[in-house]
Amino acid sequence: MAGAGGGGCPAGGNDFQWCFSQVKGAVDEDVAEADIISTVEFNYSGDLLATGDKGGRVVIFQREQENKSRPHSRGEYNVYSTFQSHEPEFDYLKSLEIEEKINKIRWLPQQNAAHFLLSTNDKTIKLWKISERDKRAEGYNLKDEDGRLRDPFRITALRVPILKPMDLMVEASPRRIFANAHTYHINSISVNSDHETYLSADDLRINLWHLEITDRSFNIVDIKPANMEELTEVITAAEFHPHQCNVFVYSSSKGTIRLCDMRSSALCDRHSKFFEEPEDPSSRSFFSEIISSISDVKFSHSGRYMMTRDYLSVKVWDLNMENRPVETHQVHEYLRSKLCSLYENDCIFDKFECCWNGSDSAIMTGSYNNFFRMFDRNARRDVTLEASRENSKPRASLKPRKVCTGGKRKKDEISVDSLDFNKKILHTAWHPMENIIAVAATNNLYIFQDKIN
Amino acid sequence: MMLSKGLKRKREEEEEETLGVDAWWLDPGHPAVTQAPPTVASSSLFDLSVLKLHHSLRQSEPDLRHLVLVVNTLRRIQASMAPTVTLPPAPSPPVVPSVTDNLLASSDAMLSASMASLLEDLSHIEGLSQAPQPLADEGPPGRPVGGAPPSLGALDLLGPATGCLLDDGLEGLFEDIDTSMYDSELWVPASEGLKPGPEDGPDKEGAPDLDEAELDYLMDVLVGTQALERPPGPGR
Repeated sequence: MAGAGGGGCPAGGNDFQWCFSQVKGAVDEDVAEADIISTVEFNYSGDLLATGDKGGRVVIFQREQENKSRPHSRGEYNVYSTFQSHEPEFDYLKSLEIEEKINKIRWLPQQNAAHFLLSTNDKTIKLWKISERDKRAEGYNLKDEDGRLRDPFRITALRVPILKPMDLMVEASPRRIFANAHTYHINSISVNSDHETYLSADDLRINLWHLEITDRSFNIVDIKPANMEELTEVITAAEFHPHQCNVFVYSSSKGTIRLCDMRSSALCDRHSKFFEEPEDPSSRSFFSEIISSISDVKFSHSGRYMMTRDYLSVKVWDLNMENRPVETHQVHEYLRSKLCSLYENDCIFDKFECCWNGSDSAIMTGSYNNFFRMFDRNARRDVTLEASRENSKPRASLKPRKVCTGGKRKKDEISVDSLDFNKKILHTAWHPMENIIAVAATNNLYIFQDKIN
Repeated sequence: MMLSKGLKRKREEEEEETLGVDAWWLDPGHPAVTQAPPTVASSSLFDLSVLKLHHSLRQSEPDLRHLVLVVNTLRRIQASMAPTVTLPPAPSPPVVPSVTDNLLASSDAMLSASMASLLEDLSHIEGLSQAPQPLADEGPPGRPVGGAPPSLGALDLLGPATGCLLDDGLEGLFEDIDTSMYDSELWVPASEGLKPGPEDGPDKEGAPDLDEAELDYLMDVLVGTQALERPPGPGR
């Protein structure tokens, strides 16, 4: 097959050549609010890809087995299960509506044939079991095929039901509901490496749950001041360490990260480590604090590093060095001169997520105009790509995009003022082992694959 | 998206004009940018922040992160403006009753009390008099609006001392309760212990005063109706 005009990157080494694979979602110009994707997450094997949306629905895609007749095409993701995870609720006590929007989905490691995931809205976390049924029992002793009880006098012999194949049915059922533990809006959930507990974080508190116990949780961080007038900082994200079950981190609206050890005390208000980069005096502005607010924190798979996303950059921290990050990658520095406008239209408060690839050699995060950025840590190269229907020919290579910041705009460049700030890519996910990425662009989910095997 | 209908017409034009002019200090091309950061904010940036704060507080459940960031930014701006801003006599802020209305309906009483005190500070600084008047009219849907005395003193009602609210008298609170259910005939053959009427509060006294005869009577009624309703079927 003739490849589309390549991206211009020489093959070899860590160079990715990303190609369009699939896009899911409606093509309509009018996007229904409920269809806006609010979270994307691969499971541990990468065979399942879950999305949550503002309407409280979860859609799970499953990767098809590789087809022998088409050896060059990698497995595609097709819908596996769709279910309504959360419904809009009304808190009668406070006269408040509780949004059904799914803020986060986190998969549990697979332990048997069924799959489990946690999904959360602002107030309630639910554990869902997704199981397959492809057999049914036939030949009951006491029941007819249609379920009616057989007349006892007619039963003259004993027969044992046998299992017969049936069309595959995928069922999702809520197994646990963890409610009433958060006064403020839940922004994060994270499954512990012990596979028994998980944490949930809202603006001011972090709670620890046992997956089997729903009527009780332990509060492990509480930053609510006694006097609310003194409130100047909120929790923005939290995550458990991938290997050390007693360690977790949480980030704040002031650009700080605290690492806590649950062995040191029951209430982890005192941190074990405190990560903060001193402010650069030359770039100070009234918006310094807002743009330093961390919107996402993710440990590397190795557990040695963590990555934070603030408004303009992604930073990689070595857990052993608290005073500054080891790497800083600019996502869209050209926006620094536009902060005032972005403050006015509230874009400056957008919360972008970030993710690692399986080997921790690359990181990815979203931007505006349906652009997303990828940073190759080893090669020290970065690229800007776009998720758009125009570049959606099967297996078409993605062409790197460039934003023109001043002076003469070259061909194929786009000027900062032409960027569409309504097209934001906040949620991205990277397959845990392969070079397959999922990018959520408003109500569409794009899947891209690396051409190089 | 952040400005309500009542505000757009008046403020937006001004803001667009002044921002175009005042944002020079963010322009990388301007020589001043590479030097010391600006020490004085434009008043439009201040007004914008105050508007955002109001808008945030108007939400039924404010986004705490947004609120905190706006408040902190406002403090920064306020601090930079302090030496140069003249302080006109604080207008008895027309904004206060509307803010109070919304704060009263706010879910977190402590937070709203604290934000109100912050706003009280801010209200002494120029610019606030132009803040949203329409707020008084638009109550967020589905929530009790109004009924608040037009002074910050009303916020005492929200404080930890809940006793204040009841000082008006219990009867005042219960006047609206529909007591027709207590007047129904089903309860008439009751013993003397059961006296329905508007004087009773939401009837906690009802159940415990039912005596044995009452219960027997009720059980008979229930069992009787069930016997009538259940169709004969294969025994279970």
